[in-house]
Amino acid sequence: MIHFPTSEQDVAQYLGAAKGSVTIQGGGSRTLHQPAGDTLSMEKLTGIVDYEPGALTMVARAGTPLADIEQTLAQENQRLAFEPVVMNDVLGKTGASTIGGVFASNASGSRRIQAGAARDFLLGVRCVDGAGTIIKNGGRVMKNVTGYDLVKLLAGSWGQLAALTEVSFKVLPISETEATLSVAVTDPVAAVALMTRVMSTPYDVTGVSYDPAQGVALVRIEGFEKSVSYRSAELRQVLAPFGDVDILSDLASRAMWQALRRLGPLVGQSGTLWRVSVKPTDGPAVVEALHGAPYVMDWSGGLIWAVLPSDFDLRASLSQIAGHATCFGQGHSLLHPHSAGVAAIMQGIREKFDPHHLFPTHSKAA
Amino acid sequence: MEMPVPSQHRLDRKSELVLRLRAILPADCVIDDPMETRAYECDALSAYRCPPMAVVLPYTTEQVAQTLKICHDLNIPVVPRGSGTSLAGGAMPTSDSIILGVSRMNDVLDTDYDNRVIRVQTGRTNLSVTGAVEADGFFYAPDPSSQLACAIAGNIAMNSGGAHCLKYGVTSNNLLGVRIVTMQGDILDIGGAHLDAPDLDLLGVICGSEGQLGIVTEATLRIIHKPEGALPVLLGFDSNEVAGACVSDIIRAGVLPVAIEFMDRPCIRATEDFAKAGYPDCEALLIIEVEGSPIEIEEQLEKILAIAATHNPVEMRRANDLQEAARIWLGRKSAFGAMGQINDYMCLDGTIPVSKLPYVLKRIGEMSREFGLGVGNVFHAGDGNMHPLILYNANEPGELEKCEAFGAEILKLCVEVGGCLTGEHGVGIEKRDLMDHQFTRDDLIAQMNIKDVFDPAWLLNPAKVFPLDASASRRDGGM
Ligand SMILES: Cc1cc2nc3c(=O)[nH]c(=O)nc-3n(C[C@H](O)[C@H](O)[C@H](O)COP(=O)(O)OP(=O)(O)OC[C@H]3O[C@@H](n4cnc5c(N)ncnc54)[C@H](O)[C@@H]3O)c2cc1C
Repeated sequence: MIHFPTSEQDVAQYLGAAKGSVTIQGGGSRTLHQPAGDTLSMEKLTGIVDYEPGALTMVARAGTPLADIEQTLAQENQRLAFEPVVMNDVLGKTGASTIGGVFASNASGSRRIQAGAARDFLLGVRCVDGAGTIIKNGGRVMKNVTGYDLVKLLAGSWGQLAALTEVSFKVLPISETEATLSVAVTDPVAAVALMTRVMSTPYDVTGVSYDPAQGVALVRIEGFEKSVSYRSAELRQVLAPFGDVDILSDLASRAMWQALRRLGPLVGQSGTLWRVSVKPTDGPAVVEALHGAPYVMDWSGGLIWAVLPSDFDLRASLSQIAGHATCFGQGHSLLHPHSAGVAAIMQGIREKFDPHHLFPTHSKAA
Repeated sequence: MEMPVPSQHRLDRKSELVLRLRAILPADCVIDDPMETRAYECDALSAYRCPPMAVVLPYTTEQVAQTLKICHDLNIPVVPRGSGTSLAGGAMPTSDSIILGVSRMNDVLDTDYDNRVIRVQTGRTNLSVTGAVEADGFFYAPDPSSQLACAIAGNIAMNSGGAHCLKYGVTSNNLLGVRIVTMQGDILDIGGAHLDAPDLDLLGVICGSEGQLGIVTEATLRIIHKPEGALPVLLGFDSNEVAGACVSDIIRAGVLPVAIEFMDRPCIRATEDFAKAGYPDCEALLIIEVEGSPIEIEEQLEKILAIAATHNPVEMRRANDLQEAARIWLGRKSAFGAMGQINDYMCLDGTIPVSKLPYVLKRIGEMSREFGLGVGNVFHAGDGNMHPLILYNANEPGELEKCEAFGAEILKLCVEVGGCLTGEHGVGIEKRDLMDHQFTRDDLIAQMNIKDVFDPAWLLNPAKVFPLDASASRRDGGM
C-alpha cells in the first residue's frame, strides 16, 4: 500500500495507526534499498512556507521537489550551498528528488568540503515519529542552541526515526563567477597529494575532485570577478609542480561541476553504486581495494564513489581504514560494525522514536 | 532559581564516595576540603552558587571512566566542567553532586595538516588550539569572546559560536569526532577525521547537549588555513530600520562578510564614554569585516560601501590598515566592559529572524521604560543573535529579580517573532524554565528521550536544560 498524506496531521494519523513495516519515501530518487511493507510517500506534502532572501533562510514542506526549491532560490540569485548530489542518472531513477529526502539522506555534493554538509545547513525540522507524535526541533534562525540538536540527528537518518514534514534551512548567494583549474594527473596518489595541497592554502577552494577516466584533478574557486582571477593566478603557481594546468572559466567550470553533481563519470556503468567516506589521505587505499572498478574522488580524496560488481562486498577489504561505506540498492551502510556501546545507543534511540518498529534500520554491519 | 532539594541519602554517602575515589585516583585528583571546593561553586553566571560534595580532576580518560563508574554505583550526580565560563549556569553543581573537571587534560594528541584536523584533549582552551597550529598558517575557526579561558569541552557541550561564525559556522560545524565517556563508564569513539556519520549522527546530538549525555575527553576538530588578511568598515545610521535594511541588502548582493556586528545608541554612548573609539553619536552602528588578499578585501569593501551609500549613512569609515582596524573594533570589543562600568549587567543571548530587528528593538525600548532598567544592544546582525545587556544594581534588593523578569520578557519576545531563547550560551539553569515557551511537552520529551538512552539514571548534570517539572519523574527514577 502506498499512502500520500497532504498534511502533517495526515502523517500523524497514519503513523499513529500504522502496523507492520513502513518505508518513508520522498521522490524515490536515492533509495538505499528495496522498500519493505507499506510506503509513506511525502510527495504531496509540498510548498515553500517562508523565504527570506535577506536573512538567507527558507522553510519548505518536506515533499517539495528539489528542483522547485533551487528554481525559487535562483530567482533571488541564491542556492543550496552544499550542492546536493543528484542520483537519478546514476541509479536510473525517474522520481523527483524532494527537499525532505535531501536532508534525510544528508546528500551533500562537492562544495561540502568548504561550505559544510546538508546537515550543517539544516536549521529546523518538524517531523512525526513512529508513534504518530508531532515533534519540532531547531527553528528558522541561523544560531540556535536551545535544547538538544535533534535536527542533526534527523539529518542523514534515512527514514529510520521519523517522517520529516517541514524543513528550514540556510541558503547562500550564488557566486558572481567561478573558475576551475584542471591538472593532468595519472594516479590517485598524485591526485590526493595535489588535492590536499590546495586545501592547505588561503584561497578558499570550494571543490576538489579527481576523475581517473579523464586523468584530471579539478580545483574550483568561486566569488567576485577580481578575487577569482587573483586566486586562479596564485593557485596556478601552487599547482605547477603537479602537472600541466588548464583554466576553465565561468560557464565551462559550472558545467563541469554540474556533471559531477549528477555523478556523470559513473552514469551507465553496470553494477552497484558505493559511496565511501574516509580521510583524504586514505583515499588511495580505498581505490586500491576497488580492483580497477570505475570510480571518482571528491572532497580532496576523502569521498570515493564507485560502481562495483553486485556480488562484491567492498567492506571486507577496508577493515584497516576508519570511515564508512554506503551501498545503494543493498542497504549496507557501514564500513565497520559499531562498537557494542555505540550500537546499543543507536538501538536505544531507534526504540524511542519508533517504538513499534515501523521503520527500516540501516546499520547492518559486515 | 529553584534547584531540586539535595538528597540526604546522597549527602550521607560523601565519605564512602571520597574513600572509593581516592583508592583509585592519584591523590591530587580528589578535592573535598570545603575551602577548596568553594572555587567550583559557580560558573560565570555567578549570581547562583552552591559548592559540590567533591571535585575530581582526572588526568586520563580511563580515570574519568573509573570516576563515573563509582558515582554510578553510588547514585551520585556528576556535573561536568571545562573552564567554568558558562553564562547559563551549565557548570553549577548541587550540594549532593560532584564536579568532574577536565582542565588537566589539555594535550594536543595529533596534528594532521593534509587532512586538516587536530585531535586534542578537551580541557585545552579554545585559543590554544589555534595556538598549536598558527605557526603553520592554520587556525580553529569558532571564536567565542571567552576563547582565552573557555575549554573545547565547554564549547562542545554548549555548541559555542563566535564573531566569525557567520562565515565559518559554530562548534558543531567544525567538530568531526569525540571520545566520550558515558555515566556507566563506557568509553565510546564517535566520528573521526573522515566526514559525516555512518548511520545516525550521534556527534550532532552530543554537541550542544550541555554535559547531559557523557563526559567528552577528546575531540577531533577541523582546522583551516588562515586568510591572507581581514579589514572592517564602520557604518553609522539614523535608525535601526535603515541599518537593518543595509545588512539585508549587503547579504542579498552576495557579499559574505566574516562578521556583521550591530550596536544601538545606548551601547554606542556607553562605549564612547569608556573606550573613546571615536564612534559617531547615531542610532545604529554596524561593523562589517571582510577577508582575503588586499585585492579581494578592496573588491568587497567597495561593494559594501556602495550599498551603504544608498542608505544615507551618517558615517562611513573604512580601515586601511591594521591600526585603523583595531580602532574600529575597539569600541565593540569594550562594549561589555563599558556597560559594566555603568552598573551590573545581565547579558541575554536570544536569536531573532533578522527582518524582525527594528520591531524587537522598539519593543525592548518600551519594556526598558516599563521595568525602569536601562538596556544596550549588541547584536551579531548577520545571523540574528542578539545580546541585550540589561543594567541593574545587584546591591539593591529586588533588582536582580526585576532584571531577570525583564530578561525573560525579552526572550519570550524573541520566540514570539520566530526566533529562539539562546543562540550560543545554552540553556543551563538560566533559561531552563522558559523552555515551555519555545517547545511543546512532546518536543521536550523527544529531547529527554535521548538522555534516557545515554544516561538512564539521569545522573549527569540532571537539573539543567529541561523545566524541573518536565524532568522530575525521570530524575526521581534514579533515586
Ligand atoms: C566574557 C564571556 C564571553 C563569552 N563569549 C561567548 C561567545 O562569544 N560565544 C559563546 O558561544 N559563548 C560565550 N561565552 C560563554 C562560554 O564561554 C561558553 O559557553 C564556553 O563554551 C564554556 O566553556 P567552558 O569550558 O568554560 O565550559 P564550562 O562553563 O565549564 O561548562 C559549560 C557546560 O559544558 C559542560 N561540560 C564541560 N565540560 C564537559 C565535558 N568534558 N563533557 C561534557 N560536558 C562538559 C558543563 O557541564 C556545562 O554544562 C562567554 C562567556 C564569558 C564569561
